[in-house]
Amino acid sequence: MDIHPISNGSPKAAASHHTPLDHGFLHSVESGAAVDGPGMRFVFFMAGCQFRCLYCHNPDTWKLHNGRRITLDDVIAEIKPYSGFLKFAGGVTISGGEPLMQAGFVGEMFRRIKQEFGLHTALDTQGFLHGNVEDTFFDNVDLVMLDIKHSDPDTYKRLTAQPLQPTLDFAHRLKRLNKPMWLRYVLVPGWTDGAEDIARLANFVADLGDIVKRVEVLPFHQMGTQKWEQLGIEYTLKDCPTPTPESVAQARAIFATKGLTVV
Amino acid sequence: MGILSEKITPADAWSGFKGEAWRESVDVRDFIQANYTPYTADSTFLAGATKRTLKLWEDLSVLLKAEREKGVLDVSADRASTITAHDAGYIDQSAELIVGLQTDAPLKRAIMPNGGLRMVENGLEAFGFELDPSVKEVWTKYRKSHNQGIFDVYSPEILAARKSGVITGLPDAYGRGRIIGDYRRVALYGTDALRAFRQKDFRAIENEVFTESVMRLREELSEQFRALDELREMAAKYGYDISRPATNAREAIQWTYFAYLAAVKEQNGAAMSLGRVSTFLDIYIQRDIDAGLLNEEQAQELIDDMIIKLRIVRFLRTPEYDQLFSGDPTWVTESIGGLGEDGRPLVTKSSFRFLHTLYNLGPAPEPNLTVLWSTKLPTGFKNFCAKVSADTSAIQYENDDLMRPKWGDDYGIACCVSAMRIGKQMQFFGARSNLAKALLYAINGGVDEKSGVAVAKGFEPITGDVLVYDEVMAKFDKMMDWLAATYVKALNTVHYMHDKYAYERIEMALHDRDILRTMACGIAGLSVAADSLSAIKHAKVHVIRNEAGLAVDYKIEGEYPAYGNNDNRADDIAVWLTETFMKKIAAQPYFYRDSMPTQSVLTITSNVVYGKKTGNTPDGRRAGEPFAPGANPMNGRDTKGFVAAGASVAKIPYDSALDGISWTASATPDSLGKTDEERAQNLANCLDGYAAAGGFHVNVNVFNRDTLVDAMDHPELYSQLTVRVSGYAVNFVKLTREQQLDVISRTFHARM
Repeated sequence: MDIHPISNGSPKAAASHHTPLDHGFLHSVESGAAVDGPGMRFVFFMAGCQFRCLYCHNPDTWKLHNGRRITLDDVIAEIKPYSGFLKFAGGVTISGGEPLMQAGFVGEMFRRIKQEFGLHTALDTQGFLHGNVEDTFFDNVDLVMLDIKHSDPDTYKRLTAQPLQPTLDFAHRLKRLNKPMWLRYVLVPGWTDGAEDIARLANFVADLGDIVKRVEVLPFHQMGTQKWEQLGIEYTLKDCPTPTPESVAQARAIFATKGLTVV
Repeated sequence: MGILSEKITPADAWSGFKGEAWRESVDVRDFIQANYTPYTADSTFLAGATKRTLKLWEDLSVLLKAEREKGVLDVSADRASTITAHDAGYIDQSAELIVGLQTDAPLKRAIMPNGGLRMVENGLEAFGFELDPSVKEVWTKYRKSHNQGIFDVYSPEILAARKSGVITGLPDAYGRGRIIGDYRRVALYGTDALRAFRQKDFRAIENEVFTESVMRLREELSEQFRALDELREMAAKYGYDISRPATNAREAIQWTYFAYLAAVKEQNGAAMSLGRVSTFLDIYIQRDIDAGLLNEEQAQELIDDMIIKLRIVRFLRTPEYDQLFSGDPTWVTESIGGLGEDGRPLVTKSSFRFLHTLYNLGPAPEPNLTVLWSTKLPTGFKNFCAKVSADTSAIQYENDDLMRPKWGDDYGIACCVSAMRIGKQMQFFGARSNLAKALLYAINGGVDEKSGVAVAKGFEPITGDVLVYDEVMAKFDKMMDWLAATYVKALNTVHYMHDKYAYERIEMALHDRDILRTMACGIAGLSVAADSLSAIKHAKVHVIRNEAGLAVDYKIEGEYPAYGNNDNRADDIAVWLTETFMKKIAAQPYFYRDSMPTQSVLTITSNVVYGKKTGNTPDGRRAGEPFAPGANPMNGRDTKGFVAAGASVAKIPYDSALDGISWTASATPDSLGKTDEERAQNLANCLDGYAAAGGFHVNVNVFNRDTLVDAMDHPELYSQLTVRVSGYAVNFVKLTREQQLDVISRTFHARM
């Protein structure tokens, strides 16, 4: 099956885009992340996600109101002590959860972070809710890290409980905006390691052209298991193995053969 | 070389060297500044290990394996060690480029009863060896030891504080160490010239009033003079005449090593650090390379050979000592890099060569390779250091930008974090006092929470059911006064007796006559004490008392900000504690030999033992649970990642802890970046960020938790697995199980 590049429906209707601008809900922060964008990142993990990925390693971020309520000033105060360091060492990444669940506030976060510190900014998203934001949202975002969980719409739906198309549309939108992006792909044995599925995705991503700066193949791990248990939710991938180094290498190779930069 | 030696003059040895001042008086720094070649490029010039090196290392590995199995391979229990007590010893005489062993065989340990006969006896007994009766007779009938002297003086309060663990680790039954002889002087000048200088020093005080201190100094100078003769004699056993200066790279390394070797033959100090030799030696290596006498491979081979020797420095210690310090550390600390006062980096190709031994010979905890980090170091060197860290976890970093303004540009690190001008400064090592326990004493009016014994006399306990911050602080303030007074009395005793009965003759012969001495106090339990006070201040802490009315547990209602999250509400308390205890130390009426009081925030690995000796604390820590090492936040409480944790640690003011502030950070390789290049770049940037924020020291560990767990079960597969602990590194497989679990439970910064 081919991936349809054109969408018939917008996900806008599926989720509220009237999100507040002056406050948001934060799950946690990480002051020294090195694998969430270029260099050392200060990461805001926003609360709330409408996906229910079977392999999610942060299910504790699903519920918006499980987060701590914060204002823009709080955000600025969090980053301020590190702004000098982040300037030369990396930047700020907003992740989650799904940051676009709080698109209004997250947009304001990016604006203020750019305005006050001029730091490199990255958005880590699965793109489903991109309809919530105007093009100008991306003026303050230097890099989008786009997670595409699967290339087959049916499997995508089974894996995440949401449709694939909006995410693909988002990728095209990024191309139109000429916005640099990284593709992130989690390799889950039995779910996302099919060579054909990967090749289909690789073709799609390669067609996006030179906005794609990097492809990251992330091996599935079981470090999130405990969180599922703590939340009392059934974790269907409990017995799923982690991918072998060979299968990781294989997946990377498929992307690489399309001329993509893979790590 | 014997035939030629008569004819070699300093002028020959120094041919091609520049500068004047160092020729007239002992001034190694001046020599370095006038002659070294900064190197600002990358590591691509380095050479691998030669076949000879690998063969020698393999031969030794067989012995190292046997030693790991037995604990101690062999002991020379027939005689007390001196600089000249043993004949020459070799690993493989025909293959060694740099020679010299502590006894007549590799890994055969010497005994040094001047520190205390019991330590020697216990050490021998634990590993199945017997002391020669004549040695025992000498140290029981005729010769008093350092240890005996101290216990003749200690007060009941000191003994009680020592027993309860509110003061721990005092060097009263072992050698104090932490003295760095300027071993380079022997290479640059030869022992004859050094003797002559020393004689001049001696004569210069002939006409002074012979006060107790002048007489002591004159006696010491005479001892130093004799020790230099013994050093020359020892080298002669190996066929070398070191009465004259070294004439080439090989000799310079050999002479420097001989001087160090004499020190470790004479003293079983807790830390026997090497100093800062790599850039000094580079001058000789570069001269030989320029003259076409040496190529890169040969230069590396000489360094590799010296490092092999430094890796097998051994002391006979007791299992209790090993438990306290995790295995068998010797702290052969070598300080590498840093900047000169003129702004030129003190990085040379040999700085790289020293670090490169971790590849050529594989990772190892000793020598304790310490990079003096400046944000202005050349990028090529920074990235190489970061790469070595990521690959081996075997190096530590200390902030040259903080130390240089205090100690100049020719200081070295003794032990873990103690900076001292080489040959111009020494310290009286003071272990540490336990601030967390002192806080419990404040609550219980000086009664020990574990034993119920009144350790600090004349204090009233807190009787309320909820701890009131101001009341606790008022009592804690007084308890710290008591602790500081008791502690400094103990330290004065220890060092008076160490000078008297276990004087470091050869190390001090390689110092200036007049030196700065620091009284290096220390604190443990900083994060536990800070978090406890934060809990009392920001949450509600209920006291739970036992039948005897002693506070033995606490219940916290609400949440409190913890040290380690870059939150001033908690971090300010840690800063206050450090500053306040330093002031209380400095306020003591007397410091032996006019020493300058300092303190460190360092626990070595004894954070495990301190934890054992300390009951439940108001921060929620359970009795017996290990403290965080050094200035680390408590395990698991630094929830914002390691940059925030480092920012908290960086707030502890160096001015109030001039003996160093230790932080140990562990990360998984995957969490540092996607590629080797990214990992090195990110780590180097983090080190820059930490240094710029005023962070003093950091141990960098990069490995996976699984590796450590596997190493616990299969130690035979991980003989070289090196883990940085607190200012030094250890072989993970040599740790006790308890310590291994502690290392594993420490916060791993691997985001999920």
